[in-house]
Amino acid sequence: MKKAYPGFLISVLCFGYAFLYVPIVLLIVNSFNDSRIVSVWGGFSFRWYANLFENQQIIDAALLSLRIAFISATFATLMGTLAGLALTRMGRFKGRVLFTGMIAAPLAMPEVITGLSLLLLFVSLQDFIGWPANRGAMTITIGHITFSMAYVAVIVQSRLSSMDQSLEEAAMDLGGRPFRVTLDITLPLIAPAMLSGWLLAFTLSLDDLVIASFVSGPGSSTLPMWIFSKIRLGVTPDINALASIIILIVSIGVGVAGWLILKQEKQRRTESQLKLSE
Amino acid sequence: MDIVWRRFVILAPYLWLLIFFLAPFAIVFKISFSDPLVASPPFTPLFTRSESIDFAFFFTLDNYRFLLEDNLYWISYFKSLKIAFISTLLCLLISYPMAYAMARAAPGWKNILLFLVILPFWTSFLLRVYAWMSILSTNGLINNSLMSLGIIEQPLKLLYTDFAVYLGIVYSYLPFMILPLYANLEKLNLDYMEAAADLGGRPLIVFRDVTLPLSLPGIIAGSLLVFIPAIGEFVIPSLLGGLDSLMIGRTLYEEFFGNRDWPMSAAVATILLLILILPMMVFQHYQSPQEQQEA
Repeated sequence: MKKAYPGFLISVLCFGYAFLYVPIVLLIVNSFNDSRIVSVWGGFSFRWYANLFENQQIIDAALLSLRIAFISATFATLMGTLAGLALTRMGRFKGRVLFTGMIAAPLAMPEVITGLSLLLLFVSLQDFIGWPANRGAMTITIGHITFSMAYVAVIVQSRLSSMDQSLEEAAMDLGGRPFRVTLDITLPLIAPAMLSGWLLAFTLSLDDLVIASFVSGPGSSTLPMWIFSKIRLGVTPDINALASIIILIVSIGVGVAGWLILKQEKQRRTESQLKLSE
Repeated sequence: MDIVWRRFVILAPYLWLLIFFLAPFAIVFKISFSDPLVASPPFTPLFTRSESIDFAFFFTLDNYRFLLEDNLYWISYFKSLKIAFISTLLCLLISYPMAYAMARAAPGWKNILLFLVILPFWTSFLLRVYAWMSILSTNGLINNSLMSLGIIEQPLKLLYTDFAVYLGIVYSYLPFMILPLYANLEKLNLDYMEAAADLGGRPLIVFRDVTLPLSLPGIIAGSLLVFIPAIGEFVIPSLLGGLDSLMIGRTLYEEFFGNRDWPMSAAVATILLLILILPMMVFQHYQSPQEQQEA
C-alpha cells in the first residue's frame, strides 16, 4: 500500500525552504557586493570584510559577547541540569509547582519584561547592599544565565524523563549513594542533552539584544547592541559582512554538533541492539 | 551527604530563580505604584550611576490612571494582540502543509528536513530580521526587480510598514510552529487515514474529520509558541515597522529609554504581564502532560 510521495508535497517543501533560506542567502551574496546600494551588483569584493576587521569597536563588542556567552552558557548548563534533576529524580518537594512555573515562564516571557525587571532588581540591590556596584558584563551574564537555564532545564528534563531508569536503580540497589550515582551513571547518559543545552544557551546569549540593553551599563556594548544601533538607521554593507561571518560560524558549529549527537545516538542504539542479540 | 546533595540539587536552581526571576517582578509591581518624580533616575545626565529608587512607601495610582487615559497605550496593546493573532494564523497556514510534507517524507530525509528547519532558529534572530530590511527597502531587491520589469514605476513602500512586521514575525517564528506540528504529525498513525480513505472518504473530508482533529495538540502548542512571544516582540516592530506600527514591547522600550519614566514603564509591563498570564497558563497546561499524570 505504499504510495508515491505526492508532487504537491514536494512543491510545498520547496516553497517553504525557499522562504526560510532565500533571505539568508541573499544577505551572504550581498556581503560580497562592491556597491553600496544593496540590489545593484557592483562587482565582487572583500572590502566590507576588510572594513570590519579594521573596526576596533566591533572586535571589542564581539569579544565581550563571546566572553559573556561562554560564561553564561556554562553556568546555565550547570543550573539547568540541576533543575532538570530536581524535577525528575528528586520526587516531591515543597514548592514544586512554583518551581515548574519558574522554569517554564522564562521561555515565554517577553524580553522587554525580563530586561526591565532585572534592571530594577539590580538598581534596588545596589541601593540596599551596594552590589552590583556597576552594571556591565556581570549583570548581562546574570540575566543570560537566568533565561537560558530554563531552556537547558527543559532539554535535560525531557531527556531524563524519557530515559530508562533501570541503570540508575541498579546502581542504587548495589549500594551507590545518590550523589555518586548521579555523577557516574546519570551525567554520562545525559551528556548529549547537556551539550545541546550548552550550545543553545551559548547562541541565545550571543543573540540577545533586549535584556543586554536593559541591564548593561555605560561602556559595555555587546555585539547585538552594536549591530542594532547601526541597522536602526538602515542597511549598511559592513553589517552584511558581519552577519555572513556570524551565520557561517553558527551554521558550521550547529552542523558539527548535530552530526556528533546523531552519530552518538546511532552508536548507542546499535550497541544496545548488539547487547540484546547476545 | 545524601540529604545535602538532594538539598543542593533542588535549592541551587530554586534560589537562583527566586532571586533573579520572581523577585524582580515584585519590584516591577511595587514601582508601578510609585511616583515618577520620586522613583525616576535623575533626568539630565544620560550616563549616571547615581540612579536610585526611593523605597519610602509612596503609593499612587497615577501611572495606571495615565495609562487608561492615554490612547497610545491602548492602541499599542490592541495592535500587539492583533498583529500576534494574524501572524499566528499565517504561520499556521504555511507551517501545516510543510510539517505534513516533512512527516510523510522518507525516513532518511526526515532528519535532514528537520535539521534544515532548526538551523535558522539557531542563527541570529536579529540578523534574520535584518536580512529582510535589504529585501524590502526602497532600492531593495523587490522594488528593483519590479521596476526593471516595468511592473511599477515608483518604488513601493514595503519597509517600515505593518506588512513588513507581519512578514518579519511569520518568518522569524516559523520554526516554532513547524516543530511541534511535525512532532505531532510524525507520530500520527497512518492507518487511521488509510482506513478512512478505504471507507470511501474523499481526501479533503478525511483531512477535516481525521487528520486535523488528531493534530490539534500540535496546532495548539505551535500557535501558543508563536502568539505569546509575538505579543511582546520588540526587535521586529522597531526594525521593520513604521512609526505607527505600535506594538507594546516597543512602546515599553521607548517609554523606558526615551522618556526614562521608570514607574510608567513598570505599569506598562505589569499590564502586559496580566494579558500574557492566560495564554501562558494554557501553554503550561499543554506543555506538562507528565506533571498532570503525576498529580
